[in-house]
Amino acid sequence: MSLDPSYLEYPHRARGMDHGLYPWSNLFERPPLAWPQGKAVAVVIVVSCEFFPLTPSDVPFRAPGHMQTAYPDYRHFTARDYGSRLGVPRLVEALAKVGARASFAMNSRWAERFPLLAREIVAAGHEVIAHSTDMNGTIATGLAEADERALISGSLAGLEAVTGVRPKGWLSIARSQSWNTPRLLAEAGLGHCLDWVNDELPFRMATPAGSLINVPLNHELSDRQVIATCQQSADSYAEQLRDAYALLAGEAATHGGRMLPIHLTPYISALPYRIDAIEGLLGWLAAQPGAWFARSDEVAAASGV
Amino acid sequence: MTDDPGLYDPSPIAPPLRWPGGKTCAVWVAPNLEYYELDPPAHPRRKSWTKPHPDVVGYGHRDHANRVGHWRMAEAMSRHGFPGSVSLSVALCDHIPEVVADGAARGWEFFSHGIYNTRYAYDMDEAQERAIIEDSIATVQRATGQRIRGWLAPALTHTVRTMDLIAEYGLDYTCDLYHDDRPGAVNTASGRLISMPYSLEVNDHYGFFIYNMSPRDYADALIRQYDRLAREGEASGTVMCIPLHSYLIGQPHRIGPFERVLEHIAADGRAWITTAGAIADAYKSQVPA
Repeated sequence: MSLDPSYLEYPHRARGMDHGLYPWSNLFERPPLAWPQGKAVAVVIVVSCEFFPLTPSDVPFRAPGHMQTAYPDYRHFTARDYGSRLGVPRLVEALAKVGARASFAMNSRWAERFPLLAREIVAAGHEVIAHSTDMNGTIATGLAEADERALISGSLAGLEAVTGVRPKGWLSIARSQSWNTPRLLAEAGLGHCLDWVNDELPFRMATPAGSLINVPLNHELSDRQVIATCQQSADSYAEQLRDAYALLAGEAATHGGRMLPIHLTPYISALPYRIDAIEGLLGWLAAQPGAWFARSDEVAAASGV
Repeated sequence: MTDDPGLYDPSPIAPPLRWPGGKTCAVWVAPNLEYYELDPPAHPRRKSWTKPHPDVVGYGHRDHANRVGHWRMAEAMSRHGFPGSVSLSVALCDHIPEVVADGAARGWEFFSHGIYNTRYAYDMDEAQERAIIEDSIATVQRATGQRIRGWLAPALTHTVRTMDLIAEYGLDYTCDLYHDDRPGAVNTASGRLISMPYSLEVNDHYGFFIYNMSPRDYADALIRQYDRLAREGEASGTVMCIPLHSYLIGQPHRIGPFERVLEHIAADGRAWITTAGAIADAYKSQVPA
């Protein structure tokens, strides 16, 4: 038994990263960031607005939360629509109650299906982040470049047509990119993406079509991870986010502005038995003197990267 | 292939061990300082990433360790007086020497966890396995001045030769055997190798990836593990390892509850807070070869 000799060759074993997407950087040694009004922690709430077609696609992969039973999966189709129809308004109202501006990661077909809601979200001062066309619009290496480009341009055009605003930010489904994605996003004129979870503050990525900011949307702090995957309660989720806020606010005192990303999924967090915990969390955050509810484009700009 | 690797005496009965100062439980913290490759070569028997490359979340999550998590975890450990005994992807010495230098400056001990955590030992021939051991010894020596004394197989991938080879190179301990709460002898062709209790069950990877615990539940599991082992250690000194990955424990919602664990153990009075090498020394001084 023996491995191919190339398995013990390490062509990228040298100072720095093993790729050219971004350089290494220590969060604790960067110049401190100053958020507006001297705030300590930018709380970036991202709400996913997803449309799951009844006909799921596995190319390049099936999106998390997609149809699961044999066709026709009315169970998941309608439960996801419940999140869009009743959950999103609950979250919009909860945000309004604490005066928080947030970012809504929208499939363009979601905006076309719920145009009044989409326009209401924009009118309330929230950001729309492009989130592909629908939940069949997943991206991974293997997807043809032309198809990926079409997902990006179709999403941007569809969202602009409904809301009147062309998004500046992008979130891939399941944060999954191909080797081409950063370049295609920059080519499409997008200023930032939220796919890379390797940091806790915005940083700049290099692409052959120019640079792109990444605003890290920590999947570990998402309701999908904590509630759906780890099967913890909404109360525990809120407690974990309060613990995270307290830690970050402490670091901000010595190291400059920090960021707490909260990724919410309407069909998870905005159910009647969970939304009170989310509202309680938002109220607690609003009462913290150091909290700054900010859109992802605002933190990207304020970070100065 | 064999149906029993014959690595140790299966009997749980052994002469009692005593730790310095009459402490009952030797506690060592094992930060895994790792480097995962974005586009590693394929191994015939194990995939590095579940997604096609680049696996942005898988890689990005691990990369959080070297940008954010390590510094948060290391500060918490230092604040409460816990040194690290580092399970090191030795290529980290080349990629991000700042992380390795930080551990060295804190007085931490380093042992090898392979070259990268995306290169697996399964199916290596003897020369190939010798190459990664020699690479590990030379790389850590160059980066830290330390001669490695231990081994935790890269991504826990072994061959049937591994134990014999690391013993032949003079390493003192393996962290790959999970059959005891105390150190014990490992049967090897030459040299003297000790099984050093590491842990899968209270590893933060198991806590958060396998058992899906909340940060406070994981902290509670560590405290219960410690309290039980400190009590059982009155009869014969026990070992509790806390294996960590800073991309997990160094997340902002987890480090606070984890600090309560360190406070609990440091304040208890029964803990010998130490390194794997010091435990190996204490064992060897009490148990004849």
